Amino acid sequence: MNRYKTLNKFTKTNIKAYGIILLAFIILFPMQKMNMINNSLSGQLVPICTYIVMAISLNLTVGFLGELSLGHAGFMSVGAFTGVITAVCLQDAVTSDPLRLFIAIIIGGIFAGIAGFVIGIPVLRLRGDYLAIVTLAFGEIIKNIINCLYVGVDKNGLHISMTNVSALGMEGGKLILNGPQGAVGVTKIATFSAGIILIIFTLFVVLNFVNSKSGRAVTAIRDNRIAAESVGIGVTRYKLTAFIISAALAGMAGALYAMNFSTIAAKKFDFNTSILILVFVVLGGMGNIVGTIIATTLLYMLPEMLRGMEDYRMLIYAIVLILVMLITNTPKAKQMIEKITHKIRKGVKSNG
Amino acid sequence: MDKMVPVPSNAIIPECDIDKTPILETHHLGIDFGGLTAVDEFSLTVGRTEIAGLIGPNGAGKTTVFNLLTNVYQPSRGVIMLDGKNTAKKTAAQVCRMGIARTFQNIRLFSNMTVIDNVKVGMHNSINQSLASSITHLFGYKKSEKKSREEALELLDFFGLADLAQHKAGSLPYGEQRRLEIVRALATRPGIILLDEPAAGMNPSETAELMENIRKIRDEFNIAVLLIEHDMSLVMNICEGICVLDHGKIIAKGSPEEIKNNPKVIEAYLGKKKEA
Amino acid sequence: MTFISNIINGISLGSVYAIIALGYTMVYGIAKMLNFAHGDVIMVGAYISFCVTSYLKLPPLVAVVAAMAVCMVLGILIEALAYKPLRKATSLAVLITAIGVSYFLQNIALLIWGSAPKTFSSVVPFDSIALFGGKLIITIESLVTVVTCIVIMIALTLFTKKTKTGKAMRAVSEDKDAAELMGINVNATISTTFAIGSTLAAIAGVLLCSAYPVLVPTTGSMPGIKAFTAAVFGGIGSIPGAMIGGILLGIIEIFSKSYILTMLSDAIVFAVLIIVLLVKPTGILGKNITEKV
Repeated sequence: MNRYKTLNKFTKTNIKAYGIILLAFIILFPMQKMNMINNSLSGQLVPICTYIVMAISLNLTVGFLGELSLGHAGFMSVGAFTGVITAVCLQDAVTSDPLRLFIAIIIGGIFAGIAGFVIGIPVLRLRGDYLAIVTLAFGEIIKNIINCLYVGVDKNGLHISMTNVSALGMEGGKLILNGPQGAVGVTKIATFSAGIILIIFTLFVVLNFVNSKSGRAVTAIRDNRIAAESVGIGVTRYKLTAFIISAALAGMAGALYAMNFSTIAAKKFDFNTSILILVFVVLGGMGNIVGTIIATTLLYMLPEMLRGMEDYRMLIYAIVLILVMLITNTPKAKQMIEKITHKIRKGVKSNG
Repeated sequence: MDKMVPVPSNAIIPECDIDKTPILETHHLGIDFGGLTAVDEFSLTVGRTEIAGLIGPNGAGKTTVFNLLTNVYQPSRGVIMLDGKNTAKKTAAQVCRMGIARTFQNIRLFSNMTVIDNVKVGMHNSINQSLASSITHLFGYKKSEKKSREEALELLDFFGLADLAQHKAGSLPYGEQRRLEIVRALATRPGIILLDEPAAGMNPSETAELMENIRKIRDEFNIAVLLIEHDMSLVMNICEGICVLDHGKIIAKGSPEEIKNNPKVIEAYLGKKKEA
Repeated sequence: MTFISNIINGISLGSVYAIIALGYTMVYGIAKMLNFAHGDVIMVGAYISFCVTSYLKLPPLVAVVAAMAVCMVLGILIEALAYKPLRKATSLAVLITAIGVSYFLQNIALLIWGSAPKTFSSVVPFDSIALFGGKLIITIESLVTVVTCIVIMIALTLFTKKTKTGKAMRAVSEDKDAAELMGINVNATISTTFAIGSTLAAIAGVLLCSAYPVLVPTTGSMPGIKAFTAAVFGGIGSIPGAMIGGILLGIIEIFSKSYILTMLSDAIVFAVLIIVLLVKPTGILGKNITEKV
């Protein structure tokens, strides 16, 4: 325990983060294989993984870069649908499910990263509330466009249309995206192990990035943009880098999420989803990766635990959110919390 | 043809600077904000290792000049030459890389980062670490992090801040925060450092220490220093050349002796002497 | 004929957005915060009016006044409980709290009134005007909406220019601390702003649902976002800007629905916002403020 204390902060965070995830895997994976967990929890495993990845990637933008992004679900959406299209197109060519899933996730991530680049260039020039509203606008635009998209594949290749199914002009083949109905007939190839691997990859990327020259530049921009410029940091370049990484990771999560359900519509990735993930990030602590993992898991599981209170779920979310913001941001409340944590620490020290 | 480049003071140029191009030259620099001309006809030359001072009453435009020199504002007219190169149309970050660094009137530290991280951020452009290396923590990551840590500690030690390396920058007392800001600026390896009221809020012993530090900076790092100050004892003691600004225009340039006795300067600070 | 009809509908919808945008712009100007919950106050106003006409069977005018009263109180309460404690907090914290309040209102409405859509009975239940032999139909709702918007805008402009409270509001927008030092009661001024904004939201809610009579707990959400878009479009903090932004946005939306794709109309509205913010970040009538270094 004493050796743990002497390790630097980065190593400590690594141990805690990877530790929690690996522990969860070691416990839950065999339980799932042996059918020891009930159906509903089993069905939640992959979604929780994707939400954890979404939250960690959003924390990179909101917590470390310090910019409020309200359209994060848009990147998830791009990743989800490009991933699904890829998976369906490769259905005959790549018969191995895990491999197909892997390729789809990578492709989803790449497209989401491109979206991050395209959106980032105009958006990151703005600041504060304006940036927030524009990210929200982009999220809605993405949702709208995907809602109008018809995509199919036949022996002639990929067909895309914005009007209706017949405009695709396909000969036989398979319909992948059916406008507002979204993707239908998706083969469910997402697995819990894939989810855990994705989380670990995300942790690797984000934790390493934050503890590097680039990460320091990003945090410096958050703390004082003008000072960062004055020491020669290209602000737009680093904002864009963080934003693209965040978008790509969200896209990968989206791809995984989409292939966990047989149908998926763009409506799922709307403003409400973006806000939900933001709530996870804020409650977990901005810039606090381990906190984000815990908060996402708890808050996602909360409805399950409050089975009978289905109607009150979002209401409780809202009240909790308001209370947490009030408590952590009013000086008087902060002082009280500091007193309490100080007393706890003293108590632990004297007993330890 | 003079072998000497005209500098604020003709008399007191460090020997080593005589045949070198000045580190900083401005010609007819000016800026307007809407209808208000904040700075006009600002022409200044600073020798390669000169300690120069920019003084003037409040509101004279001194910080505006600093903002112009670091390209925070783009000038409305005039030219700035940094180490012989024109800085026109460059961003603040690009200009910093050309060799100029500054501190701010109201301290602008990265308050949530540690003291040593603040310095490492200052060293940003001299640390060799690609994005791939940053994400994977391979390809020379360990080497560059080790090097940057050592160099940062060295710089901090020079100013007696090495013990505070792991503290959060925002938790430091005021005097130390000011020193840290100077260290961070020096970490960018500038050719000239601009100090904006470095002695603000300091008592006489701290001010004396600051004077020593400024001399140390010039002697050890071989760079020029241009400072804005209100503390006349500091300015007169340490500056080799002084430029006086009033209402955005230069009203006097010269050695401390010349400035002290310049009637225009006295009038600017104290107002016109009432006719008896 | 469709063109004129679209123009009228566009101006009418735009007027609703303008009224909502006024609330946003005033609150942003004074408290420097994005009141995300504003859109949901609209929804509450509409529901109150619905209850008064459907359950209490009282005349529409009473319904409107009741909605205004309830929303005014609601606005003051929200400000006092959720925003005032966070005056010194970061804008991110305030924004997230506002989002929490927005969700809170939506879910309370869901609990009280359920998710089944209510049919809103118009507060101006008069027949439409038919012109050109029935080819052009102008609804009384549209007329009332546009007139109301103009009246409100004139009233607000006079209020902020001539009255003491109005001037106090402008002072607090410019510099809160200086205003306080001048003896202005900043708390009261901010509460008043929220009160006025929420009252306007009630009016907007009633007018919106009179024209588009389907009412669900999420009815206020999208118009709220679009109205904020309009406020930013016109220049945040500017009263005439909110009006121009609102009307232009309404016209753009109706035209997109009519001539392009209904499904894409929202996307187009947002695309316009993005373009405006990139070209002129402070909006059409906004002021450029250089940051002091």
